[in-house]
Amino acid sequence: MWKSRPDEKPASTTPAQPSLTSSPVPAPAVPVKENIKSDPFRADVAHIGKSVLIKGHLSGSEDLYVDGEVEGTIELREHSLVIGPNGRIRANIVARELVLHGKVEGNVQAGERVELKKSSTLMGDVSTLRIVIEDGAFFKGAIDIPKETRIEARKAINAHVGGASSVTVTTQPAFAEQK
Amino acid sequence: MMRWFRGEGASQAASATAPGQAPPVMRHSAGLLEFMRRMDGADKLCVLDLGQTSPVNISCLTERGARVYNEDLLRAFEEKSYMVRQADGAEHFDLDAFFAENFAYTEGQLDAILFWDIAGYLPEPVVKPIVERIHKMLKPGGAILALFHTRDAGPDAPYFRYNIRQNDTLELIQGPNFRLKRVFNTRHVENLFRDFASIKFFLGRDHIREVLVVR
Repeated sequence: MWKSRPDEKPASTTPAQPSLTSSPVPAPAVPVKENIKSDPFRADVAHIGKSVLIKGHLSGSEDLYVDGEVEGTIELREHSLVIGPNGRIRANIVARELVLHGKVEGNVQAGERVELKKSSTLMGDVSTLRIVIEDGAFFKGAIDIPKETRIEARKAINAHVGGASSVTVTTQPAFAEQK
Repeated sequence: MMRWFRGEGASQAASATAPGQAPPVMRHSAGLLEFMRRMDGADKLCVLDLGQTSPVNISCLTERGARVYNEDLLRAFEEKSYMVRQADGAEHFDLDAFFAENFAYTEGQLDAILFWDIAGYLPEPVVKPIVERIHKMLKPGGAILALFHTRDAGPDAPYFRYNIRQNDTLELIQGPNFRLKRVFNTRHVENLFRDFASIKFFLGRDHIREVLVVR
């Protein structure tokens, strides 16, 4: 009775890290070793593997992890989208938040935040309340951050990335703080 | 600071940070101060940063209500050469291909451009066409902040990227390793921006000439 059903995914004890290579790699060299907020193998996260190519309109009402290719549009509205290191997206994206390790060509509209990891490339315009860009990320396009300020949420984001080699870009005047 | 900027004093830097990389250096910038003054009071400005993607600069500019555009030109050239071989074997720069993939802005779209010191690092055939394109992209009265090295310290001179830390202070962070291709003297700079309404020079003591150009 305690046997797991064959169609169930094994509960992995390892943290969800889309492997880039089968050979052991020193931890610091692997970008996906970072603390990815959205665990791609969580039960409530849909997963698109690196060999999958999707053309068309992709929408859903749950969090999504994409490590494959998508051409078209992605619309998650109130949910998170994580694009893994192998992810290659040529699409406009609408989501609550986007965490990008791979490559996106298209415009991004994120209700809460966008996080560009150091391995990421984003070519397109971004509209979001907060954006976190790690050193080394490549961005080409425009950034629009609405004037609305949400101080508490911002503090939470700042705390989340504290200690990492990233800088939080928010509507908070960090510039003024240094005066 | 001047010695660091030109790659001298590397041993001092190495003792304070990772091997081969100097710690960030703060530099007073009268040109930046003037540039930022021009932005004061204006809302919804469109500002293009032609340097490496800088969260600090994006933060600084978006806090002022600006829409920030980023176009890392040096990296674009690093990833693609745009050089094509003609029938006679000679190579030339394919400007059409370059502008098809870069500088997709409408006429008069931008209010300000952070040009930094990339003119000295760009392939020579592309510098003048880029400045001509910038002239079209800028609104009348729009400003450019450009920096020019006044001497080439050789192949080992480090490349620095610039973060706006205060209205009059730039943070210089070493790397990546781009090689200075050309040094512009005052006359070169004047010729380069001759279609613009005004050019103002700010001389520094660190072999950097700051230039504020207004269309």
